Amino acid sequence: MAFEKMELNEVEVWDGNFAAAQAMRQVQIDVVSAYPITPSTPIVEGYAKFLADGYIEGEFMMVESEHAAMSGCIGAAAAGGRVATATSSQGLALMAETLYQASGMRLPIVLNIVNRALAAPLNVNGDHSDMYMVRDSGWIQFDAYNPQEVYDLNLIAFKVAEDHDVRLPAVVNQDGFMTSHTASNVRPLSDDEAYNFVGEFKPMNDMLDLDNPVTHGVQTEEDWHFEHKARQHNDLMTKVFPKIQEAFDAFEKLTGRRYNMVEKYLLDDAEVAVVAMGTSVETAVEVARELREEGIKAGVIGIRVFRPWPFEYIAEAIKGLKAIGTLDRSSPNGALGALYNEFAGVLVNSDQKTVLTNYVYGLGGRDLTKAHLREIFKELKANADAGKPTTELQQLIGVRGPKLAYL
Amino acid sequence: MLEIRWHSRAGQGAVTGAKGLADIVATTGKYVQAFAFYGSAKRGAAMTAYNRVDDKEILNHEKYMKPDYVFVIDPALVFTTDVTINHKDTTKYIITTHMTTEELKAAQPKLADKEVYTVDCIKIAQETIGRPIPNTPMLGAFMKVSGMYDIEFFKENMKRVLKKLPQKIIDANMVAIQRAYDEVK
Repeated sequence: MAFEKMELNEVEVWDGNFAAAQAMRQVQIDVVSAYPITPSTPIVEGYAKFLADGYIEGEFMMVESEHAAMSGCIGAAAAGGRVATATSSQGLALMAETLYQASGMRLPIVLNIVNRALAAPLNVNGDHSDMYMVRDSGWIQFDAYNPQEVYDLNLIAFKVAEDHDVRLPAVVNQDGFMTSHTASNVRPLSDDEAYNFVGEFKPMNDMLDLDNPVTHGVQTEEDWHFEHKARQHNDLMTKVFPKIQEAFDAFEKLTGRRYNMVEKYLLDDAEVAVVAMGTSVETAVEVARELREEGIKAGVIGIRVFRPWPFEYIAEAIKGLKAIGTLDRSSPNGALGALYNEFAGVLVNSDQKTVLTNYVYGLGGRDLTKAHLREIFKELKANADAGKPTTELQQLIGVRGPKLAYL
Repeated sequence: MLEIRWHSRAGQGAVTGAKGLADIVATTGKYVQAFAFYGSAKRGAAMTAYNRVDDKEILNHEKYMKPDYVFVIDPALVFTTDVTINHKDTTKYIITTHMTTEELKAAQPKLADKEVYTVDCIKIAQETIGRPIPNTPMLGAFMKVSGMYDIEFFKENMKRVLKKLPQKIIDANMVAIQRAYDEVK
């Protein structure tokens, strides 16, 4: 079946969802198996419209649940095709079982997660609970801070995931509504440029290669299970970063847009820094710039690759910082935040003394204002000057009622 | 940075209007953001949409905004919600109403000391497009009040934004935009 190419403007005004749908159209996916859920629905809706309008050659499977959506992706990927889908929140929760199947079977599926809070109480808005929920599922996880990055990282995700030395599924995260439904300037590639960047899908161990029969989805007990898991972990620890770096370099060469495992903003001479993901990174950069005019040497660390965890890149990024505030947009439900714990793991074996504190913010889409960030940076400055925490280790920011802080 | 807040009811096209404006502004080399607050949105529920425009890349993603302009595209929202929330001394208001500016200020004292412009976008939309979708006329009124772009340039670009609609709907929108431009006071 033939399909049409689409003429795009040099600058489009797209929201994060449409940016994802356009990238998915351009890479010519063989099978998208999907079930809609707010706020990710417009991704598969947009993709289905491209299909109906004759811009897509592949198959679009409408299934009865997210569990079935990812199961369909797994079947199609094992058969030997380029495969992708999208979901959010409760949909991701229902998919969770199959996510581990996909990564354990080493199937290079690309999943757009439009980050949203998990019920109860029911809430359709953006936070990172769903992203955190699947962080140990064996998927590569990229994080976009705006619609342009959603588009770019989708192309990069296909290229990395499908590499025969990687063969692991990849997630592209974006903030529900704050990115997914916020339209802003996006500079897309042409259809040919985008497709050629990712390249033709090269199957590996595909079930439709009838001359070379393979088995997928086997049972292994204590005799072999650990070896499979160990190999998967080893590849995530050692093989993925070089391939991501290659893809980032190639993408920069093509577009001039540079991505890094860990994004460093104003860090060279910074005394204090916040660590964040999603749209908060950019708002924090704006506040850091403003605070520098007031004499506070503020910087921002943005996590671009959440899994595999960029330990060594973090160790390099935090050099010289006297105080760090980790911003977690998910309720840790009885612990310090995930970013706090990951950063503590890096800091504990470094020879520098850095005060590390944790802020939980933005649950269920609660606004993170510039005023909040200004307060956080000022507390970090006080921590840096004192050489020890001047606040509790963990504080909740932007929540009504009496101040909540712990440890 | 130019910041705009739209007050609307879900279904009246504030999001489409905000995105349409962003689309046109982006063609002139500026950076834009267009977004909205959604709850579990039901048609008819009060909602807000937002535009940011700047000469450099917009990094600020906070939802909090002190707008330069407030657009109210449903007449009742002036009375049932606080359209002056988070205002600046310089905030300008363009409000859809059948009242004159003086009558509106008398009816809603919160607006008495504000810079208010009025235009009946609902009536204009009904008479031109045939449906009470007041978003495009509001942008016509905005062009007049702000002087942002020449109205002919704006209409030409709006035709491109609306290009997927039937020609007679596009034509009706052009008439609506021009009428609001001419009638806003």
